[in-house]
Amino acid sequence: MAFDVIMPQMGESVAEGTIVRWLKAVGDSVDRDETIFEITTDKVDAEIPAPEAGVLLEIKVQAGETVEVGTIVAVIGEAGESTGASAPAAAAPEPEPAAPAAPAAAPAAAAAPAVAAPAANTPAAEMTAAELRRTKSTPVVRKIAAEHGVDIRQIAGTGLDGRVTKKDILAFIASGGAAQAAAPQVAAPSAPAATAPSAPAAAGSVALGIPKVAVNVGPNDSVEPMSRMRQVISDRMVESKAYSAHVHTCFEVDYGKVNALRKKYKQQYADRGGRLTFTTFLAKAAVNALRKFPIVNSAHDGENVVYRGDINLGIAVALDWGLIVPVVKNADQVSLLGLSQQIADLGERARSKKLKPDEVSGVTFSITNPGVFGSQWGTPIIPQPTVAILGVGTIEKRVKVVTLPDGTDTFGVKLSGYLTLGFDHRVIDGAVADAFMGHLKTVLENFDETAM
Amino acid sequence: MRRLRVRYLGTVPYRQAWDLQRALADARKIGEIEDTLLLLEHDPVVTLGRDGRRGSLLADEATLAQRGVELVESDRGGDATFHGPGQVVGYPIVDLRPDMKDIRRYVARLEETMIDTTADYGLEAQRLAGSPGIWLSNPARKIGAIGARISRWVTHHGFALNVNTNLDYFRLIVPCGIADKGVTSMAHELGHRVSMIEVMERIAGHLARALSRELVVDPPSLAVHPEREAVS
Repeated sequence: MAFDVIMPQMGESVAEGTIVRWLKAVGDSVDRDETIFEITTDKVDAEIPAPEAGVLLEIKVQAGETVEVGTIVAVIGEAGESTGASAPAAAAPEPEPAAPAAPAAAPAAAAAPAVAAPAANTPAAEMTAAELRRTKSTPVVRKIAAEHGVDIRQIAGTGLDGRVTKKDILAFIASGGAAQAAAPQVAAPSAPAATAPSAPAAAGSVALGIPKVAVNVGPNDSVEPMSRMRQVISDRMVESKAYSAHVHTCFEVDYGKVNALRKKYKQQYADRGGRLTFTTFLAKAAVNALRKFPIVNSAHDGENVVYRGDINLGIAVALDWGLIVPVVKNADQVSLLGLSQQIADLGERARSKKLKPDEVSGVTFSITNPGVFGSQWGTPIIPQPTVAILGVGTIEKRVKVVTLPDGTDTFGVKLSGYLTLGFDHRVIDGAVADAFMGHLKTVLENFDETAM
Repeated sequence: MRRLRVRYLGTVPYRQAWDLQRALADARKIGEIEDTLLLLEHDPVVTLGRDGRRGSLLADEATLAQRGVELVESDRGGDATFHGPGQVVGYPIVDLRPDMKDIRRYVARLEETMIDTTADYGLEAQRLAGSPGIWLSNPARKIGAIGARISRWVTHHGFALNVNTNLDYFRLIVPCGIADKGVTSMAHELGHRVSMIEVMERIAGHLARALSRELVVDPPSLAVHPEREAVS
């Protein structure tokens, strides 16, 4: 059994590390927790212990190389064991990476001119990695860039995850891009307006053409630089507000039926490793409504509407240090039990920082639940380039007018809550958004017990 | 609240302090000791961090020796630097778990500690993006340096603040590999020497606050280097 050794995360704001040296060579045996390599970040060196005992079978990242957090840097296993046909490390420098297996959502969006699909299609955490990869070109490319005074970030890469290949940069220079790029204060020459903000700005600020407000720091204030995650969230939020014509519509839902089912089946689900919550029902109902209104499950780049073939539900998870949106892939092919298991598992691993990059990418529709913090209803921001997000308000007992069988009206106590749909009015008309929400409400209020 | 035990060691040769740090870090890892801050001065020494290049040395080893300066290749992060009399060196031996498992935040806390300390004397030091350490501006000149090491989230090495440092020594090196910016000290900026022990006490207070620890001062009798005790 071989174990991958990965570049560890040395802090929320630290996205990469440089290996300073290997203390073990291939073929050496290592004890669990024995230091096998050292990394450096920001003038701090760190000793990294082996995750398992065994023999160091392979070193994938050599001393002196900088790779992003999570990259496999070595493999530990038993003596003589083959490391198998494992894929080459993500960071292995290749002058011109072969055409990668693009993420499922990429081909359609890549054809669209305006938005850099892989980056824009992914939520915060993955975005960091994707952006970093874009700038992490091979030494050859970086050398060419330095010689010609080109900012690599300005080039649309065709390599792995948008990496800039040698071919890309040569074409860019041939097209005269370099001369323009070298001129100070010139906007990205070949990039259409819409891509400019999604290029990773060094200072994290989004180029909106609006001067930032200067902040005076008083003697009792303390200044803390934003973490990388915070910076990415900041940029994404502002970008989305700049691109999408945000409109919100709010529906009140009676959760009586859902609550009865939840209570009835909770234990059964728990016995099978699921956590049956209101979110589980909401996810299922959203999938149902998204199938009926495919436009809500689309992406938009300003010119094209890309109807997504899969329904990948992003479920926002609040963390002490920020926000992450793990994704339930192909949610329409998953049973209610499966949804309850996956949502619980993803949320748990989001909090323990064990999500894989693949699990936070490819979202086609998002659900956020500020209701757990007591919010009645909110106006959530749409993750780009998707076109809608469902906000869940707090669920509570409310006094409602109910009509008795004999036709008289009286007061009754109902378990209710508001649902808000934030949608991009460029793509979705108000009537469609409301029809979507009306359907969602109907599904929830008459939840089909056979789906349990 | 977790405690930060501060030990004032006086003047200690670099290698001796290094050995002590490693022993304390090992003890910290297994919980034998509490979070500890060593405050001291070094005999003149040029150290090369792990990123250090001999090219950062502007004098050869013989010249250094002639000036009474030792040369040590250290295992801290960072490039070349000088330590010597008049410079307060702080070595926090701190377990960053569970609340500060973030190298960058830790470095920010060390910077904050030095910024707050110099501010007590009316100096406005600040961070410089991309160059850990603290700086005075117009023109940019470095007054405090950082170079640390982490093993299983326990730190050693740390920071150095120029208080009354003889700045001539810095002509022997390119400090931290940065050639185009100068180095300064509190005394140089203020025009008078500053009490070393007072600066150390302020550093201890500011670091404890930055790390959210309760400060405990070791009685001198418990100091680990009796032969060098109270030299400062």
